Amino acid sequence: MSTFRSAVVTFPGSNCDRDMAVALEQVCGGEVHRVWHGDADLPERLDFIALPGGFSYGDYLRSGAMAARSPVMRAVADAAARGVPVLGVCNGFQVLTETGLLPGALMRNAGIRFVCRDVRLAVENTQSLFTAGYDAKQEVVFPVAHHDGNFFADDATLDRLEGEGRVALRYLDQVNGSARQIAGVLNEAGNVLGMMPHPERAIEQAHGGSDGRKLFESVLNALATA
Amino acid sequence: MKVRVHVSLKPGVLDPQGRAIQHSLEGLGFSGVNQVRQGKLIELDVDEAVTDDQLDEMCRKLLANMVIENYRVERPEEKGTAA
Repeated sequence: MSTFRSAVVTFPGSNCDRDMAVALEQVCGGEVHRVWHGDADLPERLDFIALPGGFSYGDYLRSGAMAARSPVMRAVADAAARGVPVLGVCNGFQVLTETGLLPGALMRNAGIRFVCRDVRLAVENTQSLFTAGYDAKQEVVFPVAHHDGNFFADDATLDRLEGEGRVALRYLDQVNGSARQIAGVLNEAGNVLGMMPHPERAIEQAHGGSDGRKLFESVLNALATA
Repeated sequence: MKVRVHVSLKPGVLDPQGRAIQHSLEGLGFSGVNQVRQGKLIELDVDEAVTDDQLDEMCRKLLANMVIENYRVERPEEKGTAA
């Protein structure tokens, strides 16, 4: 296959963009492009777009609300509509819900406090291009670090997500009050994944674990076999 | 024209911050507070030419997240009639 071309978007206040770029460089290789939020265009022929964690625009108004309206997000939405895989982690997940690319909303943690620790997750969907490398119901450990990770959607939406296999990851323990302990969801087409836990912070043993590696490998494999 | 946009959580949406405020009030010795819901008040100074529809669009597109929040636009004349 040709060189893997990915992009990591940086918003003012992003702080996991470098971690994401390093994870992509180390696991997927190829070219990792860094894109600024004010850019109206993305590099051409992208295989993958990542929206990193952080506190874009200082979480003003609502987490991810301002970033969702930035120029680059129109280009990201266009790319997502064309089928380009888009991963939003933490603040990136909040941006994706605020953009409407994913359903629901991420509210203040039920316990009010910022949660920063490793959490156990179950991989609920192993058919997606992001999770195909995991075993069904595999237990993985990723770090979380967020204040607004409490996933909310109405019951009809939650039932639909469950029924369509769009719950990609679920917390095995109570972390932030998320509806049905949902940690990550897919869009209808399956090419957009939003998740609060950080796979890019778990790609080598020096991080305390490497369970996140398979997510990036899955993306690479999906492209190689596509 | 000064316009106020009131953004509130939809009924049924859990409000952990409101609950914490309620507990704090109880801790200060205030009794009889049955529920607290925290919202936002956004004040805009807009041209007279800005229409109600445009204000509505501003709310739906940015000021409120329609998945979890409701909004109410309060214009100066409404305030006048209320007084």
